[in-house]
Amino acid sequence: MADRVLIADDEPNIVVSLSFMLKREGYEVLVAPDGTQALAAIRAERPRLVLLDAAMPGLSGFEVCEAVRADPGLSGIRILMLTAKGRDTDIARGMGAGADAYVTKPFSTRDLIARIREMLA
Amino acid sequence: MIQPGLVLGVSFGYLLLLVAVAAHGDRRAGQGRSLIDNSFVYALSWGVYCSAWTYFGSVGRAASGGVWFLPIYLGPMLAMLLAWLVLRKMVRIARSYRITSIADFIASRYGKSPLLAALVTLITVVGILPYIALQLKAVSAGYEALTGGPGQDGAAWWRDGTLYMALSLAGFAVVFGTRHLDLSERHEGMVAAIAFESAVKLAAFLAVGVFVTYGLFGGMGDIWARAQAQPQIADLLSLDGQGFQGFHGAQWFTLTLLSMLSVLMLPRQFQMMVVECVNERHILRASWLFPAYLLLINIFVLPIAIGGMLIFGDGGAGAESYVLTLPLSQGAVWLALLAYIGGLSAATGMIIVETVAVSTMVCNDLVMPALLGSGRFARKGGDLTRLLLNIRRAAILLVLLLGYLYFHVAGEAYALVSIGLISFAAVAQFAPALLGGMYWRGATRAGALGGLLGGSLVWAYTLMLPSLARSGWIGAGFLDGPMGLGFLAPQRLFGMAGFDELTHSLFWSLLVNVALYVGLSLRGRASAREASQALLFVEVFERGQAQPVFWRGRARPEDLRRLAGRFLGAARAEALFRDHARETGTALDNLTADARLVDRVERQIAGAIGTASARVMVESVAQEEPLSLGDVLEIIDEASQVRIYARELEEATVELRAANEKLKSLDQLKDDFMSSVTHELRTPLTSIRALTELMLDTPDIQPHERKEFLAIILSESERLSRLVNQVLDLAKIESGMAEWHNTDVDLKALIVAALRATAELFRERGAEVVLDLPDQVPLLLADPDRLTQVLVNLLSNAAKFVPEGRGRVQVALREQGSELVVTVCDNGPGVAPQDQAGVFDKFRQGGEAGNRPQGTGLGLPISRQIIANLGGRIWLDSQPGRGACFGFALPKGGADGR
Amino acid sequence: MRRRDGPPAQVLLALCGAGFLLFNFPMLLVWDQPLTVLGLPLLPVALFAIWAGLVAALAWVSARRGGRGAKDAPDDNKVDR
Repeated sequence: MADRVLIADDEPNIVVSLSFMLKREGYEVLVAPDGTQALAAIRAERPRLVLLDAAMPGLSGFEVCEAVRADPGLSGIRILMLTAKGRDTDIARGMGAGADAYVTKPFSTRDLIARIREMLA
Repeated sequence: MIQPGLVLGVSFGYLLLLVAVAAHGDRRAGQGRSLIDNSFVYALSWGVYCSAWTYFGSVGRAASGGVWFLPIYLGPMLAMLLAWLVLRKMVRIARSYRITSIADFIASRYGKSPLLAALVTLITVVGILPYIALQLKAVSAGYEALTGGPGQDGAAWWRDGTLYMALSLAGFAVVFGTRHLDLSERHEGMVAAIAFESAVKLAAFLAVGVFVTYGLFGGMGDIWARAQAQPQIADLLSLDGQGFQGFHGAQWFTLTLLSMLSVLMLPRQFQMMVVECVNERHILRASWLFPAYLLLINIFVLPIAIGGMLIFGDGGAGAESYVLTLPLSQGAVWLALLAYIGGLSAATGMIIVETVAVSTMVCNDLVMPALLGSGRFARKGGDLTRLLLNIRRAAILLVLLLGYLYFHVAGEAYALVSIGLISFAAVAQFAPALLGGMYWRGATRAGALGGLLGGSLVWAYTLMLPSLARSGWIGAGFLDGPMGLGFLAPQRLFGMAGFDELTHSLFWSLLVNVALYVGLSLRGRASAREASQALLFVEVFERGQAQPVFWRGRARPEDLRRLAGRFLGAARAEALFRDHARETGTALDNLTADARLVDRVERQIAGAIGTASARVMVESVAQEEPLSLGDVLEIIDEASQVRIYARELEEATVELRAANEKLKSLDQLKDDFMSSVTHELRTPLTSIRALTELMLDTPDIQPHERKEFLAIILSESERLSRLVNQVLDLAKIESGMAEWHNTDVDLKALIVAALRATAELFRERGAEVVLDLPDQVPLLLADPDRLTQVLVNLLSNAAKFVPEGRGRVQVALREQGSELVVTVCDNGPGVAPQDQAGVFDKFRQGGEAGNRPQGTGLGLPISRQIIANLGGRIWLDSQPGRGACFGFALPKGGADGR
Repeated sequence: MRRRDGPPAQVLLALCGAGFLLFNFPMLLVWDQPLTVLGLPLLPVALFAIWAGLVAALAWVSARRGGRGAKDAPDDNKVDR
């Protein structure tokens, strides 16, 4: 069975590219346009991996990440933060919130897919 | 009548009690639990103002003049209203420069002039002797009244009780007034005893007052009702009844002013208020407690006076002992004795403090300069502290004996009150030099000398000599003018008749005094030392601890140490140098005799021998460079420069801190802006890069997918370039680098053009645009391209938020007062109240996640900048669910010159 | 810096001016009427009443502006010993 991956981002065009990429690699793709829906989808669908945008309306990616890590029932879910904010403080904050990896936008799809494979291996 | 033995016994017992109180006060001070560090005790000690003159004389004066006894107490009331201002300054000055007497105060102010100190001392001694005589006279008269007979008339002088009284008081003053050498150290025991005496005399007087008013009569109303039956008594209580005329008003004023000055200038008042002050803040409470005390002690004066006249018949001279004779006549022996003790308190309190104060002046300002003047003494080494104390003790004895002598020689010719007023008028001569010196920097030593000398000579001629003439010492013809020169008649100078002698004398003496003081001060130039002292006095509050030191020269620490040892004693000198070493952070042996140390030593010595003598002594061991007036001005200048620098530095620090905060917040703003810009730039780049890569890496991509991806890449590229343009645009406008091409603009035409440019948008969204434009609007001076940019921003903003298919946008243009107002209203979701404030901020985009319309988040901030640059304002009016209404207003005249 | 405390100078000066006026000619003529207050002649009663009034006013401004009084006065007000 294919691994389930959730894409949480509020930019539709980025969602388009990410879901194309993941489907091409054979993953099952779920999409959430904001933090609140992302958290709900995580709880409902238990994806193995979440590609989480840091700056989203509603709950921010950081807050979603913290909520997931605070919930013992959601342990084992891997989180990869995507952010357009490249400041060191933002990266530190993402890791502090409990993300497994942190990738800044714009990213290389080749590198990204390699990271994803690694994380799901 | 009371047995003389009983009176003497009780008096002696009372004096012993006083000694006990004083000893207790000194003991408590020794334990560090001062009795007098208390505003009530401080205020009571001021009660020394009420001498026997008050105690006996007021009743006498009231019996002959009604309310005329009052001005002497109303003046202090008025003076006390200003105590917090004037007295506090005197205390601060005296403390700062270790000033211990009024002579010292005046001399120090005018360049530490020994001559001035001596003059003030002489005036004081001459002026105060009658006053001391008066106290002795009162005690002796009281004794006679109690024992019912002239105790000592015809007896040999060694049997005169008054003499022994004077001697025992001298003993008390010596014991408690000359305990330590440093006069700026307080006499705690003496002050405690004086405060105790004040309480005793008040209690005794009130007891007699209550006895007379409510014991002998049925209250004050009853006394007055009975008095009305006797016209000569009834007349006492109205000025009219005594033929009051205009110049009596002047006399009343004179007495008020005189007592107002005296309450500060009398040596005993200066001693109690200034020298013995423990804490400046005690003045605050004492300044109203003291006049309240005066009010209390005077409240029964009229009832006792009138009561006495009703009982004894018209009183005359005997009225001065009503306080004793009224209880005595009713058989109230113990009350009479208590009243006598009260009177004794009043007299002894005054004598003790006055002699201690005067002895200080005599020792420091008359004897010391003479001794120091003889070179042999100045060069001789050795500890002088014992000698100094002995000089002071001798001075106390001398002053008291002189007072006793005056009492015997001249005391019989005058009533108590007249004697007291002569003294008041003498010390009033100090007022111009003392008060002027505290507030007027221009006053000079020559002015002070001239004023004091002139004033006191006129005082002696018009008041003192006539009193001697009446006592028969000078031919009575003198009163009609020397050598028959009528216009020089001492009590009618230049034909000024009609006034009483006091008003007459005070007018002429103060006139001459002030005229010489001001005139000579204005005419002459202050020496360097005068100028520096003037500054230290006048600005004593402003300078605080950072006082400039006016000294330049060379001295050897060993010399200074020896000098300090001679006048302070070895132990205190040692402590002084150790303190200085500790405060300056140098080893005791490495001390250099810099200006600060010299100044410190001089001040300490001044506390023992007076400022003028201290100056002479320091001069003798130091090689001083004389300061010129220019040097002094320079030091003052430096000192004030330092103050100004300090203040400026403080201000600059505050400003710097504020600027730093502002910079930090600006930096934060810039940081946030950069972070936002980065984010906005990276988002489209992310899509472009990802999709391009995916197309490259996926050769078998479906054609429709490739087409979709390419469309996204195109639109994201457009978004990117729009963003870049707008960021640059905003930066240009904000930095003021944008070019403005202002011309006459028809706003109506611009709106139409902007609508044409955005028509496609509205058509896509299926929205309807409603126009509400007037036929004609005045032209504006503005940049048409910029204005179009604003209109397009607002219109496209509205287009983005109107509901799909049923959108409706209203565009209106109006003339309102001096402005043209444009509004663009949509029927979209509106803006929540908490978001309204931020809509004009950068990168604040409205709308729900996911369906957020295309936009950079910079349109509204740019519009706001443009409108602000054109001198107008922009706003949002919105209620959630009811659409949003953006509007802007521009002044009709156009932006002024931009 | 000088501490600005105690009653303000203007108030004290105004009180003193008022006192001078009320205690002196020609205001004396106003008090000098053949009237009685509670059976006492007006002139002395008026003078004592003004006196008491001034004491009360001074006490009031001193207590109000002087604040906590001498009890907690800082040491720099202490006179050197």
